[in-house]
This record gives sequence, structure tokens and C-alpha cells, in this order.
Amino acid sequence: MKAALAGLVVVALAASAQAPAPAQSSAQDMRKSGSAFMGESTRAMQRDDTQNPAMLWVANGEAAWHTGAKKSCTACHGDATKSMRGVAARFPAFDKSAGKVITLGQRIEQCRVGKQGMPPSKPEADELLALQSYIALQSRGMPVAPPRDAPTSAAAERGRALFAQRIGQLNLSCAQCHDANWGRKLAGATIPQGHANAYPIYRLEWQGMGSLQRRLRNCMTGVRAAVPPPDAQDLIDLEAWLALRAEGMTMESPGVRP
Amino acid sequence: MLALASHAHAFDGIPNPLPGATAGDPQRGRAIVADRHVGLCLLCHSAPITEERFQGDLAPSLAGAGSRWTIPQLRLRIADSSRLNPATIMPSYYRTEGLTRVAPAHAGKTILSAQQIEDVVAYLATLKDTP
Ligand code: HEC
Ligand code: HEC
Ligand code: HEC
Repeated sequence: MKAALAGLVVVALAASAQAPAPAQSSAQDMRKSGSAFMGESTRAMQRDDTQNPAMLWVANGEAAWHTGAKKSCTACHGDATKSMRGVAARFPAFDKSAGKVITLGQRIEQCRVGKQGMPPSKPEADELLALQSYIALQSRGMPVAPPRDAPTSAAAERGRALFAQRIGQLNLSCAQCHDANWGRKLAGATIPQGHANAYPIYRLEWQGMGSLQRRLRNCMTGVRAAVPPPDAQDLIDLEAWLALRAEGMTMESPGVRP
Repeated sequence: MLALASHAHAFDGIPNPLPGATAGDPQRGRAIVADRHVGLCLLCHSAPITEERFQGDLAPSLAGAGSRWTIPQLRLRIADSSRLNPATIMPSYYRTEGLTRVAPAHAGKTILSAQQIEDVVAYLATLKDTP
């Protein structure tokens, strides 16, 4: 059932209409990572790399990082533990060559397609999730740090409005679940605050790895709303808002979810 | 959608069955409430339906609903509870207007039919005991 309705209410987490919301001051930071709402066995699975199924994707991502000789990721970026440190913590971000705000997945695709000459990945392709997991791991333990340039801030602002909008046949907003009703039970699932600091995730229900957008699509489907295609502007805007909303929280990628 | 306004007189109830529906059947109503893909009620509410294990706690228990409310009041609360509380999270089960970004498969359709709502109301009316 968790698939049926994944998220509901409206207490705007933060701030004024124009400026991006500041992260809440640590003194009264009520924010909790999604992992805080999970059962102990799932938490243990995320905590312990030898039990975390997402580490299989990390291992594949590390292998892919080195594949392709002259055109490998290593050839240009060297040691990912250094060059990719903190990168996942600051996506989505405005990208000069794309001329728009893009996700980490899209940034990786730019290099795969543009620099390596690979065919574009299908959405949710394991290879892309593997590289994403490997790169995201390099930000584990670091604070979520969204960029504050004008285009990224504008995307987050649009995302914030979307987050508060009632959508779908069930007429529920993201905020109604994740700001106003977190910690309560939606049938069998505890509603988390909806922070994106552990993505991509291994979800037991999926029996596989999935992106943040896959999670957002699930929530939209749950309220019987139209689901935008992968990497649609609305999804990128929501990702940008989620990053700002989670600013300063600790990156836990790659996460495990029930 | 037929304008509910013409039915919701005093604003606290819909006195007559919804258009086209026959008398509600409590057994069918129970099945609708229990089904998470049809009634969806147990996502948010608990109810004395013990075979359904995972019940939500976003909303008051439905136990005793039949002693708290009259049939017209129950009908309004299922058909369009936003008339009583515009900020409610409870979906309006008999409304199609004023919604945004509805998935194409559901666009223009109410969550439950008039008959299903009568069935659910008939079931709720049997819930006399509070937990
Ligand atoms: C009806 C309630 C509801 C609505 C509406 C809803 N969600 Fe959710 N959401 C959930 C639940 C429940 C989960 C966790 C499911 C699980 O246990 O795996 C979740 C999970 C999430 C997560 C993952 C959090 C984590 O820690 O992994 C994010 C991010 C999220 N939702 C964002 C959104 C956004 C954005 C919207 C609006 C487009 C939205 N949700 C709408 C109930 C909802
Ligand atoms: C031929 C060179 C080349 C190859 C091969 C290459 N990249 Fe890149 N990559 C770049 C350049 C140049 C940039 C910086 C672009 C910019 O600053 O606009 C970049 C940027 C990135 C970024 C964003 C870094 C940041 O700090 O924002 C990521 C993530 C990335 N690459 C991942 C990869 C992955 C994964 C692969 C292999 C699948 C790969 N790259 C292969 C040249 C390459
Ligand atoms: C997404 C959440 C949600 C769903 C789904 C939902 N409700 Fe509710 N319901 C509520 C909330 C919250 C209230 C509390 C009153 C309010 O907020 O207006 C409520 C109130 C009620 C009430 C009046 C309160 C009382 O004393 O019992 C009844 C009756 C009721 N709901 C029945 C149902 C039935 C039957 C269904 C399914 C056909 C259903 N609800 C589906 C959230 C929900």
C-alpha cells in the first residue's frame, strides 16, 4: 500500500515570499532525516555498508568510473574520492553549458554522452544510478549545500510553490503530508518529513535502487496527480526546493528505505 | 459534477440520497471502506475492521461515527468535507471541480460514485460503538 499514497499538510517550513528560505537555525531545527522514521532493522541496513544493498550499485559505479581508458571518468576527473567530494551535496545546480538548472543525474549524462560518446541512458538505468550512488557516497557526512545563484534560487522558489499546491484527484499537497503530518501513519507507512539527503536510495519495496524523481513520482501517483516525464522542469524545481529545505542537513547517501 | 449546493441545505448535511443512487448497502459499504484502492479511508482513519492490519492515524477513528452523526451529515462529510473545513486533508469523494493536475485516468471522475457513497454512509451509520 505504501505505493498507493506516499505523503500530506501546510506549515510552510520557512520564510518570506521572495528570498529563498534560510535553513532553520540549529537551535530549533526540527528537521529529521527520513532514516529517523524507519524501523531499526532498516536503519541498521543503511548504517552498515556490508548490509546496505545500495553498496552494490556503488561498487558498479566505481567500476564504471574507471572504464573506458582515455575517455574514462578517471581520465578527466582523477580520484573521485577527492574530485567528487561535496559535488552531490550541491545539486541540482545551474549549469552553464546546459543553460539551465540540472540534476546530478543530468550532469553525469552530459559527461557520458558529451565526453564519452555513450548513448543516452534510459531513465532509472542501473548504470546511471550506479554512477550517481558512487558520486553521492563521496558527499556522505557533508552538509546539504545548495548553490545560491539566481537561476537555482528561482528554481527552488518555483519548487516551493509546487510543494504547497494541492494536486491530484485526492487534492493533497506535498506540504500537507510532509510539513503538517510527518510522524503520523498513512496506513502502514510513517510519513517522513520528505528530505532528500539520502538519495539515490535502495528501496526494499522496489527491490532496487531508485532516484529522487522516482520517489516524487510515487508520491504524485499516490494522490492521483498527473506525473511529469523524467527531468521535467517541475521535478527539477521540486528537487531544488527539497535541497534548500534540507540545507545543512547531513548527507546520508546512498540510503535504504522500506 | 452536479452542484452539491442544491443538496447541502443547512450546510451541515445532504438530506437526500445522491442522484441516481438507491438505498445504501452496509456490507458493500464496509468493503469499500476496507479497500485501500477504492475507499482509501484506512490510509488516514482507523475503523473497526480488524482484518485490515495497517490503518492510518491522520484522522479520527471511524468507530462511533454512526452515533456522532446523522445520515445527512455523514453524506456531506464523504461527498465534500471541504464544505465544512476548507483546509481539511480529507478528499472530497463527490467533487470534480476545483482540482489541479489530476492524472488523466482520473480526470473528470469522482473518487466514489453516488451509489458507493450511499453504501459507505449506510455502513458508517452502523458504527454506533466508540472504541
Ligand atoms: C498523502 C501523503 C503524501 C503526499 C501528498 C506526498 N507524500 Fe511524499 N511521502 C509520503 C510517504 C508516506 C513517504 C514515505 C514512504 C515510505 O515509507 O517509503 C513519502 C516519501 C517522500 C520522500 C522521501 C523521503 C525520504 O526520506 O526518503 C520525499 C522526498 C517526498 N515524499 C516528497 C514529496 C513531494 C515533493 C510531494 C508532492 C509532490 C509529496 N511527497 C507528496 C507521503 C506523501
Ligand atoms: C573528456 C573529459 C571528461 C570525461 C571523460 C568526463 N568528464 Fe565529467 N566533467 C568534465 C568537465 C570539463 C567538467 C566541468 C564542466 C563545467 O565546469 O561546466 C565535468 C563535470 C562533471 C561533474 C560536475 C562536477 C561539479 O563539480 O559540479 C560530474 C558529476 C561529472 N563531470 C561526472 C563525470 C562522470 C561520472 C564521468 C564518466 C561517466 C565523467 N564526468 C567523464 C569532463 C569530463
Ligand atoms: C487523506 C486523509 C483522509 C481520507 C483518505 C479520508 N478521510 Fe475522513 N477525515 C480526515 C480528517 C483529517 C478528518 C477530520 C475532520 C477534518 O479534517 O475536516 C476526517 C473526518 C471524517 C469524518 C467525520 C469525523 C468523525 O467523527 O468520524 C468521517 C465520518 C470520515 N472522515 C469518513 C471517511 C471515510 C468513510 C473515508 C473514505 C471513504 C474517509 N473519511 C477518507 C481525513 C481523511
